[in-house]
Amino acid sequence: MIPVLGLVIGVTVGLLLQPTVPGALQPYLPIAVIAALDAVVGALRALGERRFNDRVFVVSFISNVLIAAFMVFLGDQLGVGSQLSTGVVVVLGIRIFANAAAIRRRIFRA
Amino acid sequence: MRDRGRWVQILVAVLIGALALAITVQVRDKPEDDYQNARSEDLVELLKSLDAANQRLDRQIFDLTTTRDDLLDSSKRSDAAQKQAREQADALAILAGTAPATGPGVVVTISDPEGGVDAGALLDAVEELRNAGAEAIVINGTARVVGQTYLTDTDDSIRIGGRDIKPPYVIEAIGDTGTMATATQIPGGLVDTIERRGGEVSVTRKAIVTITALADVRTPEYARPDS
Repeated sequence: MIPVLGLVIGVTVGLLLQPTVPGALQPYLPIAVIAALDAVVGALRALGERRFNDRVFVVSFISNVLIAAFMVFLGDQLGVGSQLSTGVVVVLGIRIFANAAAIRRRIFRA
Repeated sequence: MRDRGRWVQILVAVLIGALALAITVQVRDKPEDDYQNARSEDLVELLKSLDAANQRLDRQIFDLTTTRDDLLDSSKRSDAAQKQAREQADALAILAGTAPATGPGVVVTISDPEGGVDAGALLDAVEELRNAGAEAIVINGTARVVGQTYLTDTDDSIRIGGRDIKPPYVIEAIGDTGTMATATQIPGGLVDTIERRGGEVSVTRKAIVTITALADVRTPEYARPDS
């Protein structure tokens, strides 16, 4: 119940305050969002399999975001920022799809 | 243990909230310039086309500047020509008697108690003044004397350019005051001639003589400019 409350508050704050992304964070935010989504989808799958551990979720969420941001940063430093970002997005996307597929199989048995 | 679970749940909520916030912000806050995500080849192409457009516009600026300079130049030239034409027109208008004139001059008053002053004598007087450099002449304030003006005798007056002029004759002439005044006094000159015919002459120098009478304009019927 409390997580849903967090979701609602987050969307509301984003819509009402309309904060602008600080320039320094601008390249990292999209990748961080994808990484966090990966963690969330993974958590949903774990919920479905009744082995959800909120500690694991917190740690994976934070580490995913940090690692994704770090990889973008590193890519920028190495001059392969866009390629590395694409790579990160692809990998995370595959993971999201795989988790989503597992959820789907569990729900629809297909 | 129960307490710790509650805290982790709140942390999960905070993380989910942060994710929701980030998505909302990111979705709404799209990059304003469309070039951030463009590929470098596209950017190069874009740059090339912009360069070409730039060059074309530069050329256009140059062309238009040249045209403008030309037009300015020609308008300046035509201004000068117009000014010159206006000056010439003014000079000709005074000469032809179609414009009023003002300037230094003399006033020659001829009274004719004996009736001996005829058109010929008056014409002589006018010619004397012209020789002395009179630029505009009017008699009795109504008859402007120009190149076309004729003088003829009538019964009790003199007809000058279509106007009957009765004595005393007042000739106002604009020109070099000293020269004209001196010219009237020479032996055999204006004053001399009139006095021999029984008239009386007085010559007054004036700093400002204003002539408002105009001569009738006659369009040449036969003569055409030859150029």
